[in-house]
Amino acid sequence: MNTAPRLPLNLLPCGHRGLIDSIEFDLELQARFAALGVQPGKSIQMIRQASLGGPFHIQLGTTEIMLRRQEAARIKVRPMHEPMA
Amino acid sequence: MKKVALIGMPNTGKSTLFNRLTGAHARIGNWPGITVDLLMAKLIIGSQIVQIVDLPGIYDLNGYSEDEQVVTTFLAHQTPDLIVFVMNASHIDRQSTLLNQLLCLNIPMLVVMTMADEAQALGITISLPELSHELNLPICLLSAKYGQGMENLQKAIQSALTQPNGMNGQTPLSTLQISTAIQKFVQVPQLLNEGLTQRLDKLLLHPWLGLPIFLSAMFLVFHSVFTLGKPMQDALSWLFTQGRELGLEPALASASPIVKGLVLDGIYNGLSTVASFVPLIILFFIFLGLVEDTGYLARAAFLMDALMSRFGLDGRSFVMFLMGFGCNVPALMGTRVLRSRGLRLLTMLTIPFSLCSARLQVFVFFAAALFTEQQAPWVLFSLYIVSLLASMATALIFKRQYINQDAFVLEMPPYRLPTLKQVVFRGWHEVQHFLNRATRFIVLGVVLVWLLTNFPYGVEVAGPQSWAGQIGELLAPVLQPIGITPELTIALIFGFVAKEIVIGSLAVIFGLEGSQLISIVGQQVSWIQAYSFMLFTLIYTPCLSTVATMLNESKSRTFTLLSGIWSVLLAWCTSYVFYQLATQFISK
Repeated sequence: MNTAPRLPLNLLPCGHRGLIDSIEFDLELQARFAALGVQPGKSIQMIRQASLGGPFHIQLGTTEIMLRRQEAARIKVRPMHEPMA
Repeated sequence: MKKVALIGMPNTGKSTLFNRLTGAHARIGNWPGITVDLLMAKLIIGSQIVQIVDLPGIYDLNGYSEDEQVVTTFLAHQTPDLIVFVMNASHIDRQSTLLNQLLCLNIPMLVVMTMADEAQALGITISLPELSHELNLPICLLSAKYGQGMENLQKAIQSALTQPNGMNGQTPLSTLQISTAIQKFVQVPQLLNEGLTQRLDKLLLHPWLGLPIFLSAMFLVFHSVFTLGKPMQDALSWLFTQGRELGLEPALASASPIVKGLVLDGIYNGLSTVASFVPLIILFFIFLGLVEDTGYLARAAFLMDALMSRFGLDGRSFVMFLMGFGCNVPALMGTRVLRSRGLRLLTMLTIPFSLCSARLQVFVFFAAALFTEQQAPWVLFSLYIVSLLASMATALIFKRQYINQDAFVLEMPPYRLPTLKQVVFRGWHEVQHFLNRATRFIVLGVVLVWLLTNFPYGVEVAGPQSWAGQIGELLAPVLQPIGITPELTIALIFGFVAKEIVIGSLAVIFGLEGSQLISIVGQQVSWIQAYSFMLFTLIYTPCLSTVATMLNESKSRTFTLLSGIWSVLLAWCTSYVFYQLATQFISK
């Protein structure tokens, strides 16, 4: 149903939502992110990025986490085009 | 005795629950093969004594992080009679993998869902009996912070211990089965309202207001640690002087001068040095508790991370460095919030360069003795800059040795109001920890300095004939090139114990006090020598208590030694470059 092109999470604009498509980590880091709710199929929202190329602040369900660009770039999302909440 | 282990993810309120459950009875337990401090307490539940252990928060039982290793080692060697699995009621959905892994251990289990108040505020509804039935596990829902539901927990632990579940040979539920049950019986609203947290974040994480707000908040914190701590330290030191003058001195009146000196100037002074840190540690951890428990520490990490990541550190390291401006000892203890050992050690290497309030006293004295009123603030300011540069340079140099293995991914907890009890408990606990670990080391060090300055017996105290004086003479070839005279060398030896006594030792060495001391130092020492001395004092080892804490926290002698040697080396080089350049290019 969602045919939008895949995008690395760090390119998802602030305020936008996306569906997690794939996660390109080794198994250990995958488990760590899964424990925070970052799993394929989950809906994710980009809240903000810290200035000077700092970490991203994202939200998944009731969880808010921050992560650096290097990890964000390996999470691929399909942007959802819907009005911002 | 039955053993109960608390296991859960970080940020589930596990420690708050542990504190609620055990009150002030907790102490650090020793377990074979486990290198981190684990809190444990003995409780009477029902009619039996139960030992409760708080294991570190983990995301995954099969992970390789230090904390995860600790939990696996503990479970393998100290198999508990009951696992209390602590879940955050707001994030039940993402804890099913860990629950499944724990079920596979085949140890009886009780599930505790904490932060019921927050889950309720988010509009989450949990059908508890149905979920409990589906998972075939007893479940308690409570708020550890406000104590709601705690009475049920004791009962639940008691019945779980008497009628253990999970040992009946059934295959444990799979992660999928657990997730399905959770989806069925836990309702999370689709769209969350913009709450207080989101509104506060808009201000506190603002692209260009966030940093100034953070820096002012930090300034306020270390300023308060200093201004509130100083009168408390003075009061303690007054008490110790009274104890000495009214109690010990009369009692030792007939003792030989050596015994008197050893007891009063050695052991007793050592104890009072230890005591002088107590107010600072309590205050520091009350403030750190506030910063951490309110959820602001994660925000500070968010704001500072862009800069700090270039130095191999992260935002939280910077918070600890800033806290070090108050006192290095609790700042070192505070690095425990960093989970990666590499990151923690690197942060610990940078903290001793943080210009603490004790060193500030020395600098204020020298600034007054050798600089005009207009110059003095700039001298102090320049030293703060040097302090920052020294620690950042250290991080840059060592970041390849102490690599942060941990991916930087942190939860942003909602803003929370910590309870007074929680915060004070933490401060008190940390003080106990410090006293247990550092007292012996510090007293020994103070006695050693007393020996060095009073022996061979009969010479002038701290004079050129004393052992300290001889060491000063011996070190002259090394310290002369940086402009430090033998008198100042003896002060540096004292300064190794604590910077608070540097000025006092100068008073002993020159035989003068107050304004007379200021004027003689002003006559005998040039400003270049004084600045070189200040640079050296700033960078070489902060004090004995810091070294003791470094040893306790790193649990590595090699690392502590490296930190010490590196500091002295950096101090000497900095002073050398300054002194040589200044004497070359600037006329005295």
